[in-house]
Amino acid sequence: MSILWIAVIAASVLSFAQKWVGYQAPQDVLERPRIARITTVLPIALLGALVATQTATSGAEIVLDARLASLGAAVVLLCLRAPFLVVVIGAAVVAAGLRALGWA
Amino acid sequence: MTSTSPLAAQPDPSAVGRLGTIRRTGLSIGVATGLYGISFGALATASGLDVWQAMVLSAVMFTGGSQFAFIGVVGGGGSAIGAALAAVLLGIRNTLYGLVLAPSLPRTGVRGIARAHLTIDESAALAASGTTTEEKRAGFWAAGVWVYVFWNLFSLLGALAGQYVADPSAWGLDAAAAAAFIALLWPRLRSRDAVAIAVAAAVVALVTTPMLPAGLPVLAAAAVAVVAGLLPSSGRRAGGPPTRIISKEVPR
Repeated sequence: MSILWIAVIAASVLSFAQKWVGYQAPQDVLERPRIARITTVLPIALLGALVATQTATSGAEIVLDARLASLGAAVVLLCLRAPFLVVVIGAAVVAAGLRALGWA
Repeated sequence: MTSTSPLAAQPDPSAVGRLGTIRRTGLSIGVATGLYGISFGALATASGLDVWQAMVLSAVMFTGGSQFAFIGVVGGGGSAIGAALAAVLLGIRNTLYGLVLAPSLPRTGVRGIARAHLTIDESAALAASGTTTEEKRAGFWAAGVWVYVFWNLFSLLGALAGQYVADPSAWGLDAAAAAAFIALLWPRLRSRDAVAIAVAAAVVALVTTPMLPAGLPVLAAAAVAVVAGLLPSSGRRAGGPPTRIISKEVPR
């Protein structure tokens, strides 16, 4: 078995273990007010970070390209209360269009 | 005859409608995220993985960020160990999702295993948008199952047809991922605090991107949540250890 296969399997099993272990925390710990406040705001911070890294990074670099315009389009669509799929497809169309035109 | 709770026997129609909407959103997320799987499959084979290795990552690792980190390191000429480490670093946030989701989801048997396996950005985010336990569960399972189905389907397509797909970003699929995350974040930005946390997290992630290995910027941003959680805006400080975060408006 190649080293690449071993890495694929080991990383996959570890990824499952990471997911599993989060659920094993004792409930009474999670119910402590301070911990509860952290777990409540955690998704907001993680999503904010994911939006930023998906929009403006490439590897270890900050890259501003068509994705930024797409994000703007997504925000406009969200303000117009567009459904989820419309927001996602709209953003993809903007990025694809700008790239096809060679503008970004 | 099975015994059902009165609640299940006489469901509130508006609550049922909301669950239906949540399930449809889950399907939308599944299709949108799944399509991005084409680019994963294509990039995986372009990075030197075979189709089987790409599919083990999609079926067993099943967490997009870690999968892209893994093939990114391999494709960039890094070691297989480095690839595994990058994937694991990015996967730490899934542990955090488990902490958040644990109270709402069943913990035993096959469903206990399934909830762990389906714990990803999208399922955690849709669950978090629910207001009742039932809505959280519906959101988690709908997003988790549909993303799993479409992600694997399209990963396979991308891995098999990768050489014919010139560049997934030409379709705007990279931008679609960012849009999906902001769409999931949007409903949660109801308070000024929430906006401040999201913006601070985004800034921390961007500032640390050039300095930290792949995966760590998102975790560094998670520290924003820890700080925000420790900040005593609720005024409940009794019994806690002395904190280094001093806020003016706090009566001590």
